[in-house]
Amino acid sequence: MSEPIEFTYRDALRLALRDAMTADSSIIVIGEEVGLYGGAYGVTKGLIDDFGPERLIDTPISEAGLVGAAVGAAMTGLRPVAELMYVDFIGLAMDQIANQAAKIRYMFGGQIGVPMLLRTQGGTGRSGAAQHSQSLEAWIMHTPGLRLAMPATVTDAYVLLRHALTLPDPTVFIEHKALYTQKGILDREQPADWGQAKVLRAGSDLTIVTYSRMVHFALEAAGSLADDGIDAEVIDLRTLNPLDRETIVASVAKTGRALVVTEDTLTAGVSAEIAAILQEEAFDWLEEPVIRLAGEDIPIPVAPELEAGSIPSPARIISTARKLMRR
Amino acid sequence: MNDAPRNSRSTEYYRQLLRVRTFEERVGELFVRGGTAGSMLHLSIGEEAAAVGVTAHMGDGDSFTTHHRGHGIFLARGADPNRMMAEIAGAESGYCAGKGGSMHIADRELGHLGANAIVGGGIPAVIGAGLSARHFKSNAVSVAFFGDGAAQQGVLYESMNMAALWSLPCLFVCINNQYGMGTKIDRSAARTEFEDRATAFGLRGARADGGDVEKVAEVAGELIEAARAGAAGFLVVDCYRFHGHARMDKSPYRDDAEETEGRKTDPLALQRRRLIEDALLSESQCDEIAESVTEEMDAAVDFAIKGRQPAQDALFQDVYAPGQPAPEPVDQRIAKVLAE
Repeated sequence: MSEPIEFTYRDALRLALRDAMTADSSIIVIGEEVGLYGGAYGVTKGLIDDFGPERLIDTPISEAGLVGAAVGAAMTGLRPVAELMYVDFIGLAMDQIANQAAKIRYMFGGQIGVPMLLRTQGGTGRSGAAQHSQSLEAWIMHTPGLRLAMPATVTDAYVLLRHALTLPDPTVFIEHKALYTQKGILDREQPADWGQAKVLRAGSDLTIVTYSRMVHFALEAAGSLADDGIDAEVIDLRTLNPLDRETIVASVAKTGRALVVTEDTLTAGVSAEIAAILQEEAFDWLEEPVIRLAGEDIPIPVAPELEAGSIPSPARIISTARKLMRR
Repeated sequence: MNDAPRNSRSTEYYRQLLRVRTFEERVGELFVRGGTAGSMLHLSIGEEAAAVGVTAHMGDGDSFTTHHRGHGIFLARGADPNRMMAEIAGAESGYCAGKGGSMHIADRELGHLGANAIVGGGIPAVIGAGLSARHFKSNAVSVAFFGDGAAQQGVLYESMNMAALWSLPCLFVCINNQYGMGTKIDRSAARTEFEDRATAFGLRGARADGGDVEKVAEVAGELIEAARAGAAGFLVVDCYRFHGHARMDKSPYRDDAEETEGRKTDPLALQRRRLIEDALLSESQCDEIAESVTEEMDAAVDFAIKGRQPAQDALFQDVYAPGQPAPEPVDQRIAKVLAE
């Protein structure tokens, strides 16, 4: 691409699927409304015209069955992309994900792999209430055998999805429903750097560690903090398995202060794991306790203002960062 | 096997039934001798006709999944009893290098996509195998073997619906041994005519007497042929689980009279009687087969006992593919943290 082209996160995901399916004829997409409807959030729109109903397979509303079918397809030569319309539906399919896909290579002594991708989306932002708004990445992160990516940017939506479709092991790819209309310049040639966190804003006073939609909240907050003379470094984890411990530890070694921001709930959440890593590996450099600004330990309510109050906001990242700086 | 003349076919059925029966008996023996990895061993004695009758129609390229009571199915499909027994012993020389055991045996070569310890957990994989067969335009069939316990699991019905909806080359085989652990079938299902459930979904439904391997093979043959042509099927094989659920189960939920009656449906005894009555084999020829099977399975026990346990460094292997980032051992992490 000679001219930089602006894409939405949704269009970048669709382009990644199209490019991958064109390059690899063993890729099929299987899920609810992925074909004729084009995906509940439009990610697969039009792909059925290019690849036909045998590669864009509309399924009945049978989450365990469709994910299980993807497991079997992956074991017999296909590279299926199973789409779960909402990550909240994962409970119905969890046996197939956690007991089957995640364990097959190990249980069977390495002889059979499961190169499947589970695409889904989560998070708040649309008043979806308690069963259509959750951030359940900790369930996946807690299960050995699964890889997990959560892209925040347009380019990462593309390059991480393309890379995930080359991996030999079952991979979960959680998009954020509030990011589908996010715009950015797509650089398809950028290396995927799978498993590497990225410093999106360099800073010297504190490190904000985050991923997915909260990256944008953190960057916004960092801009305001800079006006107050607080120089925040913002790290986008990008993949939660593999998890790039080196980058976050190196950053906190430099700044001495860590603020972990997640949309998923506080208790036994991703922020707990990050905080544990930082106290283990950055202990000597910490000026203050590691602070976690996470989703509240409650079901997500439908009322828009309550929904917004259940997760971190740019304003709360700013106020929490100021407290951490004793300002 | 199914294309062979009747005398050799019937003899082969007998030999296979006997191999499964003897293998399972040897698993019990290996347990008593302390040679198995754990006691979660689920024997298929009394259920052999389902394994032998269905796998007789399977070949290269076909695939299958089984439940936790699946030794006989894999053996009848062509597994090496040595490597099976070694896996049950948790030995490195087993099919899964000692990582899976009795409940998680699998083999890529023979299309065994895995035994499963989650009731019903392996069923939807055959839908995916059916999609692969369609995608790659092969003639392969994929068979899900499970028990009557799984007939009450939701994922079975999701899978049956997809198989019928998409005309996939799949067969569901419900080995109805009357018991889900200690719960008799009439205590877990108001109606036990499972083949009717299948026809309600648009599958070909059939039922066969698991006391007679030839009848099972005949019905299974028709269903598998239809499945290869895209008409998915469902077969119920009625039998009786001769022993308890697992090694530690003394069957307190049923009485001796019931067991005596149930064990009369013995496919092995019937097949031997049939061979002799029809003058296909003599008593002594049957005994000769039994001797050779005994030798084969005794050798499997010896092979398992001689097997080495996997080395500790195998602990972290195969969580992910070779060359991919591997999990960090806890002690290594602690050492690193305290060294700083």
